[in-house]
Amino acid sequence: MTQVGANGATPPQSSDSSVEPVVVFDDVSIGFERKPVLENISFQVRQGEMRILMGPAGVGKSVLLKLTNGLLRPDSGRIFVFGQEISAMREQDLFELRGAIGTVFQEGALFDSLTVRDNVGYRLLEEHLPDDEITARAEEALRFVDLEGTLNKFPSELSGGMRRRVAIARAIVTNPKLILYDSPTGGLDPITSTTIIELVMKQRDVSHTSSLLVTHRIQDAFVLAMHRFNRATNQMEALPPHQTDPNTSFLMLHQGRLVFDGTTKELVHSQDSFIREYIS
Amino acid sequence: MALETIDAAAKRGVLALQEYAVLSARALGDLFRRPFYRDDIFLQADIIGVGSLPIVILTGFFLGGVLALQSASTLAQFGAAAFTGQLVSFSMIKEIGPVVTALMVSGRNASGMASELGSMIVTEQIDAMRALGTDPLKKLVMPRIVATIVMLFFLVIISDAVGICGGGYVSVFMLGQDGSQYFHTSYQSLEFADVFQGLVKPIFFGFIIATIGCFYGMKTRGGTQGVGRSTTQAVVWSSILIIATDFMISRVLIGIFGR
Repeated sequence: MTQVGANGATPPQSSDSSVEPVVVFDDVSIGFERKPVLENISFQVRQGEMRILMGPAGVGKSVLLKLTNGLLRPDSGRIFVFGQEISAMREQDLFELRGAIGTVFQEGALFDSLTVRDNVGYRLLEEHLPDDEITARAEEALRFVDLEGTLNKFPSELSGGMRRRVAIARAIVTNPKLILYDSPTGGLDPITSTTIIELVMKQRDVSHTSSLLVTHRIQDAFVLAMHRFNRATNQMEALPPHQTDPNTSFLMLHQGRLVFDGTTKELVHSQDSFIREYIS
Repeated sequence: MALETIDAAAKRGVLALQEYAVLSARALGDLFRRPFYRDDIFLQADIIGVGSLPIVILTGFFLGGVLALQSASTLAQFGAAAFTGQLVSFSMIKEIGPVVTALMVSGRNASGMASELGSMIVTEQIDAMRALGTDPLKKLVMPRIVATIVMLFFLVIISDAVGICGGGYVSVFMLGQDGSQYFHTSYQSLEFADVFQGLVKPIFFGFIIATIGCFYGMKTRGGTQGVGRSTTQAVVWSSILIIATDFMISRVLIGIFGR
């Protein structure tokens, strides 16, 4: 892993620009009401890479995701996104940077008073693009998540799984360079969960977007690590035996600390008692 | 233990005051920063202003009526029933019109703002908005402040006018007074200071209603129960602040104009 300079305000630079990290956490800590939630967290997300963040419920996974797009600020440490130190940026400047980050919230967080079209095209509406273009791009994003025909519906008229798919469409409509998924399958039935995971995989393998995915469902994590999306058949397929996706790796949180940062194989062969218990 | 409780409560109070000041200042500063959400201002003006019109007209009319009813009987004891119109217009324009209209709008809109924004907080819609690159203070708070100040100003004028008409109705049709005399004394005794006092107050009251409603909405915690708590606090605090501010404005303006 690339090391972060202790005093400099710039993230580590690599000789190969294609592997320059998209996200860098450097010794980040945060707490609420004097109670530490995350302590000394350091990791990176490289371009095109999917990092799956796992850990028990309430360990601070969503907090970490909110730190990544600047919705929360760390008590100490530094966070770099696209080479910019977001932990030192003004809120006004963060709004611009967030334009390049797509976020899928735990419950979708769709605007309940807006139609699906306006939800998906929210960023485009804010940019005052022509109505026809907004509709076309919203339709395209909805086609990606297999939800054409829902354009004029309101979120309350959709099922939980459909709302989650609309949230994914909203996150990808502007072709972001980084997507943050906060438990995209949480609370969904197994069949709908598989559909959502397939969409996440499609975004990873078709658009090669860097992503950080939070989940506490080990089965979802392994499906992502051991499958790929086949564009020809438009569905996911298992990788050959003993192969894992090279762009997918894992992070694991336990009691506010990062206890694992490595590949699928390293995770499976870990001797750490907590990790073994968690993945068993 | 008791000291610790007082200490914690004091800190919470100071923190809330600081957060309120920051929210208000930032939202006002957003008036001069792009993008300017003009459509949202018009939408809120419609919801707050036009939506509040029926209750403002109804309360204004009956307040004017009850003022005429109460004052006429007292004035009659001194043989001064002819001054009913003057008393109604003075009371409506300087005090009752602005304060009661503000309290009605506060009950309807401060609660609406707190519950709407509070629901958006607990369902992560505000976070989603920030994550999508939109400043919620600019998009949600600033339009509500502008719309409330502007619309409350006009609502108070309407309430004053309807109140005086209500008083006129009671005076003429129930108390048998002369209509011409009522309206004549109503406007002839008014001076600039009276009208100025009545029109300055809604500007402050509108600011209080919108900022308190938005403040409690934006600091909602704890699910649907939290939304309910925020709504109640928004109405209670905006009502208290409206009456306290009314006293201070009246004191200052009476000091300046001498009436």
